[in-house]
Parts: sequence; structure tokens; C-alpha cells
Amino acid sequence: MKGYKIIVLAKQVPDTRNVGKDAMKADGTVNRAALPAIFNPEDLNALEQALRIKDKFPGTTITIITMGPSRAAEIIREGLFRGADDGILLTDRAFAGSDTLATSYAIGQTLKKYGKYDIIIAGRQAIDGDTAQVGPQVAEKLGIPQVTYAEEIKAINNGVLTIKRRLERGVEVVKCPMPLVVTVNSSAPDCRARNAKLIMKYKHAKTISEMQVSNDDYIHLYNDRPYLNIKEWTVQDIEVDMNELGLNGSPTKVKKVENVVLQSKGAKVITSSDEDIDQLMRGLIENHTIG
Amino acid sequence: MNSVFVYCELEDSQVAEVSMELLTKGRALATELKCKLEAIAIGYKLDGIEKDIIPYGVDVLHIADDKRLVPYSTLPHTSIVVKLFQEEKPQIALMGASSVGRDLGPRVSSALHSGLTADCTSLVIGNHEDKKLNKVYENLLYQIRPAFGGNIIATIINPDCRPQMATVREGVMKKTILDPKYKGTINKLDVSKYVNDTDFVVEIIERHIEKSKVNIKGAGIIVAGGYGVGSKANFDLLFELAEVLGGEVGASRAAVDSGYVEHERQIGQTGTTVRPKLYIACGISGQIQHRAGMEESAQIIAINTDPEAPINSIADYVITGDVAEILPKMIKYYKANTK
Repeated sequence: MKGYKIIVLAKQVPDTRNVGKDAMKADGTVNRAALPAIFNPEDLNALEQALRIKDKFPGTTITIITMGPSRAAEIIREGLFRGADDGILLTDRAFAGSDTLATSYAIGQTLKKYGKYDIIIAGRQAIDGDTAQVGPQVAEKLGIPQVTYAEEIKAINNGVLTIKRRLERGVEVVKCPMPLVVTVNSSAPDCRARNAKLIMKYKHAKTISEMQVSNDDYIHLYNDRPYLNIKEWTVQDIEVDMNELGLNGSPTKVKKVENVVLQSKGAKVITSSDEDIDQLMRGLIENHTIG
Repeated sequence: MNSVFVYCELEDSQVAEVSMELLTKGRALATELKCKLEAIAIGYKLDGIEKDIIPYGVDVLHIADDKRLVPYSTLPHTSIVVKLFQEEKPQIALMGASSVGRDLGPRVSSALHSGLTADCTSLVIGNHEDKKLNKVYENLLYQIRPAFGGNIIATIINPDCRPQMATVREGVMKKTILDPKYKGTINKLDVSKYVNDTDFVVEIIERHIEKSKVNIKGAGIIVAGGYGVGSKANFDLLFELAEVLGGEVGASRAAVDSGYVEHERQIGQTGTTVRPKLYIACGISGQIQHRAGMEESAQIIAINTDPEAPINSIADYVITGDVAEILPKMIKYYKANTK
């Protein structure tokens, strides 16, 4: 059955949307370590678009590529539970401190090593940085076209994708030939839930580093069932110029980081009583703020 | 001295609001750096476009005029900007953090290996001392933006790579015409030298761009709701209060993501920046990305069930309580006091 080779680029991110009280330090700043690590939300929208192509063209394979620390293998498993076929965890100390450009270089080199692909799909942006840069930067590194702000991959005919884009003030439908990079908005459909059968199939899927520390009884499984091996690639596995990686390869440097400290400017506290609201509205009318 | 460069976004041959704001900021930076301000307009039938651009203080306006360049498409615009930057070698390049600028900017930065900082809320010139290299960099562009979900404010610099690229959202910078009779030169590009036929592989088959209908930017009074409003139905109360007060309804990202209101009402770093005379924040906790878009409001009323909500720290009036109970009272006592 005809299918396509799809790569989904995904990132494990701290859940910055839910900064609860336990994630706040006494000085009013955020304790980043206390935030849960999640599958970047728009990358899940991207995965769903890939899965819909696989629904239509069952010969399709979906490979998740993520760059991050060892624990980022969690999101590859999450993707396998939802219908992806395999994954590559790109992990190496040499990647530490990479800005978006150095990240796109590492991912670009990984894809060149990976070989043939038809469609690369990623979330538009990650919630820890909100930059929306890595997708287009990867496309440029690979010298292939990009379609950003995608909401729906509507059709694929003769190697040409028809894609609906959701822009700030409207919609656009474009046609673009493979191979290409598509970045998907949060306005696209949510990702389907985990599939019980796939959870059973992949619950022991691990990277080599995870196998080494897990010391479990399933070790024989990895020879019998190769699909349980999540590929783990380091700089040794891809061809790279070390000067292009990590801090060295990042044109942007962080000069200063200020933690946001919440200080009150001395607001007037009023109650929801009729008297207080009456007085507030009268005050605003008198000083010509309203009315 | 290398120039400051602004990419002028065009829609139906009209210069986008954000581009005019960036031209204004670009002029100020160029004046401080004692260099030229250059701009590029890419489109079709652009005769007379200089009248809308040069008055912001543009010294050199580059124009790429070709039927194939509208509507905006990534590859041809990238090719033109990349080649032009290679020729002109600007030290700073600014683009709108719009769906065009955020599509084009990273592509250009990737091709030129230059640093790009997205969604800056402030751009300042300053020096940087690298103690390891024992080197002082003078007059770098400080690109200041919230990051990490708005829990930190980062100052980003690009010490070695040029241009230093930044995108900025509409409404963050103010726009001011420098001089209606400003003398700038025009450089019409020979488009065929800048684009390849292979740049036109993406075909736009349908396009509906609407003029923004909701004018929260110009509103003097904004009643904004967050996730704490609780439902689409409760948002009706905000619309009611806004109508009574002659204002507009805004929303936080959480409220927009929950589907309570449409995206064009979103206020904050990833939405619109507003400076009304009165901002009524209803059920908005006040994450910094939201505050970045409204903290310059002249007066802020925060209504929240959580007395510790971050929004309270920048509010002039804090009302602790339920939006559904308080808004009807505000409507009632506004009417009673204006009779």
C-alpha cells in the first residue's frame, strides 16, 4: 500500500502554562525544575496531521525526532502510543546551550543522515520559547520549501500537498511539492488519544541509555522485538562541524535574565459589596475615566 | 557605518501598521548609531509606495516590483532579502512578528547564519563586555523579550553575527512620521537577479485576508477576560459592560485557547499590545505575557477570585470576587450614576 515517509519534529518542554503555587519560589520567581515536562502542545497537533495522512495512506511511516536530554525519550514513547512508528532521540552534551539556529543545524544534519523523507511536520512553536523559528530554519538548512501556520493538510496528489494555512487575519490554501516542512498551529485538530493496543506494544520501548539504567527483566525483548529500541543518536552518529553546535554555534547569546518578581504597586483593595462598587464607578465617572 | 534595515510588509500595496512602527523604531536606532536607515518593499505595482515609507526617515528604500511577488510567499521574498543583506550588510534588521515576518525571519537568519530574536518587547543599544575573551562589544542591539512562559525577561545579544535580527509585534512600538518631506533615495531592484524560478514552487490557490474588525488597539476602555471567566456565556457579561462603557472586549491567551472569544481579541505578547485609559481585567491571573500587552494602561481594575493573582501587583483597584457577581453591579451603578 502506498505511503509516505513522514518525520515529526517534537520537543519536550516545561509546562509553562500551568505555573502553580508550588512552582513559585519564596522570592516570587519560578522554580523551573518544579514544572512538569510535557509534549509540546503544537507538536501534538503536528503529530495528528501526520497520523491523518497515515490513516489515508496506510503504507506511511512516522518517525519522531526530538533533541533533548535522556528523559525526552518520554515524548517519543508518547508518540508511539498514539500511532508513530519509531523515533530518534538526539542527545549529546555538545548540543547544550543551542539557540534556534544551532538547533536547526543539528536537526538538519540529522535529517541528512536519516536519508529519504517526504514530509517533515512540526508544531509552529514551543511554549517555552514561543519563537516559531526552528521549523523554517530547518527547511532552509535542507533547502526545501516550508508551509508555516498550517491548520490542515487537505490532500496529497502526485507528490503535491494541498495545505490550509490559518494566518492572523485570514486563511490561505497553498499547494507545495514534496519534500517540504510544514509547521502546524494550535488551531489544528487536537491529537488523538493513546491507543490501548499500542501502549501494550510499546510500553517497554527504550533508548539504550534507558536500558542501561533500568536493569529490568525484559532485556531479552529488545533482541526479539527490534521496534522496542528507540534510536539514540549523538554527534558521533551525524556529520557535524562542532563549531556550529551548542553555545559556539549560537549567534544569539543571553546577556541577562531577570526573573520576574511580583511586587505590588499598592492597589486599592475594594470588596464586591454594592457600596464599594457604587463608589468605584462614581469615582471613575468623576475623574472622567468613563462616562 | 552599516545601516539599520526594516522589511516593510505589504498587504494590497499598503504598508502594514507594524512596519510603520518598526520604521519609527529603526529611525531612532539609526540616529543613535549615526547610520542610515534602509527599507525594502517587495510587491507589485508599487509606484508611489515611497510616499508611505520615506517620511519615517528612510535614507534608502529598495523596491522589488514584480507580479510574481504578490501575495507574499516564503522563497522569493527570502531570496531577495538574503541577497540584499549580503550586498548591503546591515548591522540590524527588523521585521514584524506577524505571520509574514515569523515565516520570513527565521528562513533569512538560517541562510545568513545570523541571530534572530522573536517577539521583542524592547530594543535598546548598549555595550557588552565578554570577560572570557576580554573583549568589549560596542553598540550592540539589546533584544529584550519575555521567555519561559513569561516567567523571565531575557536580554539577548548577537555579538559576532550580522545582521542582528529581531521581530516585534504590532502595537509594541509607536509610529511617528519623522518628516513628510524627508529626502530618501530609491533603489529599484532588477528582480530577475534576485530570485530563481525554483523559488516559485509554492502555489497559492485561495486566499481570504480580512481587515481586522475588532479594534481593541484603538479602544479607550477595554474589558478583558481570562480563563477565570469560566465560560463563553459569562463572556457575554463582559460584552455588556464594554458596550455600556463604550469600550471593547479583550482576552488573555488562555481565554482564546479555551474558545471563549476569537483570536483577534487576544492581548499580550502573542496578541495585541494596548494602552487604554481604563483596563478592566476579569478572571485574568496576569502571566507576564499578558501583562506585557497591557501594563501601560492608565488605570487597571483587577477582578479575580484569587487575592494573590499576579495581575493584582500592577492593578490600581483590586476587587476580590466572582466576575459573574461583580460585572452586573458595575453595569448597574454606572447606569445609576450617569443618569
